[in-house]
Amino acid sequence: MLDCVLRQQNNNRTRAMIKTARISALPLTALLLLNACEQGPQYEGPAPYSSRYQPLPAVATLLRGATVLTGTGERLDDADVAMDGGKIVAVGQNLDAAGMLVVDARGKWITPGVIDVHSHLGVYASPRVDAHSDGNEMTAPNTAEVWAEHAVWPQDPGFVAALAGGVTSLQILPGSANLFGGRGVTLKNVPGQSVQEMKFPGAPHGLKMACGENPKRVYGSKGQAPLTRMGNVAGYRSAWIDAEDYRKKKAAAEKGQGEAPKRDLKLETLAGVLDGEILVHNHCYRADEMAVMLDVAKEFGYKITAFHHGVEAYKVADLLRENDTCAAIWADWYGFKMESFDGIRENAAILDRAGACTVMHSDSEIGIQRLNQESAKVMGAAARAGIDIAPERAVRWFTSNAAKALGIDEVTGTLEPGKMADVTVWSGNPFSVYTLAERVYIDGALVYERGNDEINPVTDFSLGTSALHGGPQ
Amino acid sequence: MNKLLRLLAASILGSSAAFAQTVAITDATVHTVGPGGTLENATIIIEDGRISEVAPGADVPDGSILIDAAGKIVTPGFFSPIGQLGLSEVGAVAGTNDAIQRGDAFSAGFDVAEAFNRRSTVIPITRIEGITRALISPLAREADEQGHSSRVLSGLASVVQLGDSGDYLTRHGVAVVTNFGEAGSGVAAGSRAAAIQELRTALSDAMDYRQNKGAYERGEWREFSVSRTDLDTLVGVLDGERAMVFNANRAADIEVVIDIASEFNIKAIVAGGAEAWLLADELARADVAVILDSAANLPGDFDFINARLDSASILANAGVRFAFEAGSFGPGGRTHNSRNIKQAAGNAVAHGLSWDGALRAITLSPAEMYGVDNDVGSIEIGKAADLVIWGADPLELTSYPEQVLINGESIPMRSRQTLLRDRYLQTDDSKPPAFRN
Repeated sequence: MLDCVLRQQNNNRTRAMIKTARISALPLTALLLLNACEQGPQYEGPAPYSSRYQPLPAVATLLRGATVLTGTGERLDDADVAMDGGKIVAVGQNLDAAGMLVVDARGKWITPGVIDVHSHLGVYASPRVDAHSDGNEMTAPNTAEVWAEHAVWPQDPGFVAALAGGVTSLQILPGSANLFGGRGVTLKNVPGQSVQEMKFPGAPHGLKMACGENPKRVYGSKGQAPLTRMGNVAGYRSAWIDAEDYRKKKAAAEKGQGEAPKRDLKLETLAGVLDGEILVHNHCYRADEMAVMLDVAKEFGYKITAFHHGVEAYKVADLLRENDTCAAIWADWYGFKMESFDGIRENAAILDRAGACTVMHSDSEIGIQRLNQESAKVMGAAARAGIDIAPERAVRWFTSNAAKALGIDEVTGTLEPGKMADVTVWSGNPFSVYTLAERVYIDGALVYERGNDEINPVTDFSLGTSALHGGPQ
Repeated sequence: MNKLLRLLAASILGSSAAFAQTVAITDATVHTVGPGGTLENATIIIEDGRISEVAPGADVPDGSILIDAAGKIVTPGFFSPIGQLGLSEVGAVAGTNDAIQRGDAFSAGFDVAEAFNRRSTVIPITRIEGITRALISPLAREADEQGHSSRVLSGLASVVQLGDSGDYLTRHGVAVVTNFGEAGSGVAAGSRAAAIQELRTALSDAMDYRQNKGAYERGEWREFSVSRTDLDTLVGVLDGERAMVFNANRAADIEVVIDIASEFNIKAIVAGGAEAWLLADELARADVAVILDSAANLPGDFDFINARLDSASILANAGVRFAFEAGSFGPGGRTHNSRNIKQAAGNAVAHGLSWDGALRAITLSPAEMYGVDNDVGSIEIGKAADLVIWGADPLELTSYPEQVLINGESIPMRSRQTLLRDRYLQTDDSKPPAFRN
């Protein structure tokens, strides 16, 4: 049995490996384990709740002669992408194909696999019956103790539909009813019997927070706090004060000063944010609320990694850039609620122009299937306003920038040697409405090929339905 | 500003006289969606808001306002086949929504056109993307505080034009909207059987009423399941003056629609249509049209178990008439997403539908469904000049209308979204954005 120190070393080592893009399939022992070391029982094998993802079988493959958008802002014409051992090994023209399966990709476009930072697949699974409603623990405004991964149903047919849209990684978040909704989890978009088999190795947890209308409506209508946006902010601040206190007591106990506090799942999550281990994903529509939330973050010394659904992010693009906070947005959702009234299609274009980290997200089992098209709508609107956005630039919104928002950009999100071979081959320019994802590779394994029923996954739920003859896929 | 836009700006500034003045759009590639097919280097002449000529090299009358469309593409204006444009401003703000009634006064006769707001902010946002006509339709009533739920019949729909002047109604009362499947049974006593029975009863009552109207008016006939207004509305359905739109997705529910259409000899339209492809031949034989939400490919509920992305091409191959709605593209549903019907159409092309078939499904086909195809839906002599001028392939998402004409008038290519855009595109931060006008 490994002792706690060794486990901690493993933990640190794995994190270091992520930083240097040399990650293996080693599961990352989670923050939770540190606590377990201090207080809980010890187990053989992978830490509880850790990733048990194993890449699918892969052969060394060379994709030959495509237009390649690398995700780093570059476009290479008539270029090859070589994958071996689950990694990108080379990108360029006339690569040596010795020992590799060569796939003719002339006329095709290749991008990093699509990454969606905001999905509820598995926690609001199809069919959307009440029994599948597992995304919002609407019992208290602060449920930082719940984890989305404890409710993800891997048989949600939406995962396969997303795969057919080129999606290789995605973050599953709790819903937005609560000020603190709980922890999100980042997955590889591979079929699994359990969520552990899908968990992206080494990806940090997210913490879902929510501004605005939802928390105040859900709780205010029950006659409890928060009823207003004032109440929302008071709720965040009170919780962070508790988390600071918890953290101080723990730190003191480690130095032998006083008794360690009893483990508290809620405060453990919040302390994880203050420790920089858990990334804040903050649902926030309005520009003014984003500005307030950035001040809350300053008061308590944490970082907001991304604002999600920032329909007004374009109004504070400079502020977001200065704070290194991403804006994860839809292309053109607007008008469905008051705080979405000012949504405009040029949102992403204005953010990108200002140098803010711009991410196209879905929040939808339908939208996740075409994040490329959502980006194309922005390109069209931007062109109308005189802003030309090239494909190599827009592709970053659902690849490298999304990877950054999930804290996995050192290992995926671009087509650079050493990165995970998470790759989507498109039938043409991905920003054309007529283009479809044709082949999807995850860690170098061909997980999806359009029209090839021999290899394409079908969830248990979809057996016997149109999924078997080209339906959802 | 390019030359085309300058000319158009001039025509707009030329005041309302533009309506009466002859307009000539020259040198365009024109997708007529009519018998003329696609015309190259064609000229379209517009007189009194109507198309008076469309042909390559047509004579341009003296004094016409000229729109040079060389290198441009012209299509008919797009037609949103279902939704609440002008009836819903902000989805979650109750006071801005007029498509759902709370009382028991009407079912089939609930006439939402009375509440149409042509100044809705949603309309400019939608029309500058090429949508020029729309069906405005009621929604199913939710259960009230006493638990009383709506009838299956939710009310009367009309076709409107999205321009600024003239009568907004293209044709009043073109369809009665009903709700089948999970939505329909949910609002009518918890069972599909109850929903179907309620509808059959209402239609039978309307037949009886039509035959015995005199006796009914003299108080010498039985009571009916619906009000007098509803009966009058349903008689219009029985007489073929208006269609009946059935919101339905499950194949079993669509089979019932086909049966009812045949039994009562009514013009039926299925909206949603997730599993319509399973009945493509039957729908074609019965001449039942489909308003397809073709992006809804997942089993959102059990009515969608066999949804598939290529269903439009299956329907087209069987000869079914269909249109596209875009309700599943986001929480704005069929209203705020109506501008995305071209995305639905483009996706259908990616999944096997012909390009011409896709364009027809967002122009002429919905016009035919509602009996307004003599007036709109294609670029033909005599029809209203609803025209969209594009710089590139209209179905591509990276393309956009350079100018939209409704009834021959160039509409301002402006909405509150373009105003927001222009305000925040400016980088002068010497003063807050409120001073950038």
